[in-house]
Amino acid sequence: MPDKIVEPPLHTAPAVFTRALLDWRPWLEPLAEESLTERQMAGLVDAVRAKSPYFRLLARDPDALRARTLTDKDIFYNPEAGLPRGERELAAAATSRFNGCIYCASVHARHSATYSKRADDVQRLLDEGVAADLGERWNAIIAACVALSATPIAFASEHVERLRRAGLDDLAIADVIHAAAFFNWANRLMLSLGEPALPAEA
Amino acid sequence: MSAALRDVMDALAGIKPGSALDAVRNRRPQAREQAEASFRALFEPESFAGVSATERFALAVFVTGLHGDAVSTAFYAERLAATGPAPEVAAAIDAAIAAATGQGPYGGYPAGPLSREDAPGPSYHVGHVGPEARRILGARLTAALDHAHLLVFHPRDAAPASLQALLDAGWSTTDIVTLSQIIAFLSFQIRVAAGLRVLATA
Repeated sequence: MPDKIVEPPLHTAPAVFTRALLDWRPWLEPLAEESLTERQMAGLVDAVRAKSPYFRLLARDPDALRARTLTDKDIFYNPEAGLPRGERELAAAATSRFNGCIYCASVHARHSATYSKRADDVQRLLDEGVAADLGERWNAIIAACVALSATPIAFASEHVERLRRAGLDDLAIADVIHAAAFFNWANRLMLSLGEPALPAEA
Repeated sequence: MSAALRDVMDALAGIKPGSALDAVRNRRPQAREQAEASFRALFEPESFAGVSATERFALAVFVTGLHGDAVSTAFYAERLAATGPAPEVAAAIDAAIAAATGQGPYGGYPAGPLSREDAPGPSYHVGHVGPEARRILGARLTAALDHAHLLVFHPRDAAPASLQALLDAGWSTTDIVTLSQIIAFLSFQIRVAAGLRVLATA
């Protein structure tokens, strides 16, 4: 029997960018939690991800999911030098805002607000978009993410020079590049395999 | 790949062993290894069941071509040729790239406050190139390239109907996860390589 599209249950889609907790509803059938194989569990990396329909859908290609997850963790969580965590998350949120991924933007705006302690500025990125004036250092990071996310890519030496003037060394600039590039990966999966939903009222 | 280059990203970014950017990449060793593992999982998998080698590399040539990234396109075109596709396939993909070139990201938002940011743009079908292209590429690859155009340029327009078109062409749910990962991973790989190339010379 051919596979079918999953009709998400009736829900309210978020109509704005938000830092609120959102759900995500798949359009294709995730693997069943109780029947995950050892290899599929290894693909999830963290056992708790078996609760997530997004990760159980991606676990259909477990080797690709595992490598993607481990790439993600080092880009964002490696504590050694480079760009501070709150600004790596800013790059993720700005890229998601530019590409239009409401779900990814919500998660990484929350992380950026937590780690940078600049919740009001992060909220302005969500409300006003990538042209919001958040001070030169953040403006430079956001502009670099936007240029790198454009297709064809518009990232050029002027972006690197602006990041250097804002105080970023080459490792920090490489972190901006990797964080923005990674969210061009994540946004495309989240946007095309399902949709965000406001959590049902308790 | 030349033995002097450590991995595919170094090959695409032109990074030499012992260079400053080689050292920068080594500060995020897991991201480095797992970007390579992601490439292998998607392009050198244990099994090509579901999505053939020719289909994977044809998709990669199209995606890199839409980005206008000549280095990446040449890299994947060489590998496509090595899979022994029908002789007209490479020319049909080149024609599809030429017909599909555009500027992203664009697309619509859920109706509401974000509607003012709606940026309409073209949807692409390989059939636009002419019936010959569709005949040469076949229904499955044609549907995959159409989906790739959506994800590369306007992922926020994705909808259940986009996935239905893939199912109708004969792809399974698991195949669609792999196709989506290939397109999304390339969106990452192309940007890391392009970003590091700029960083090396700025």
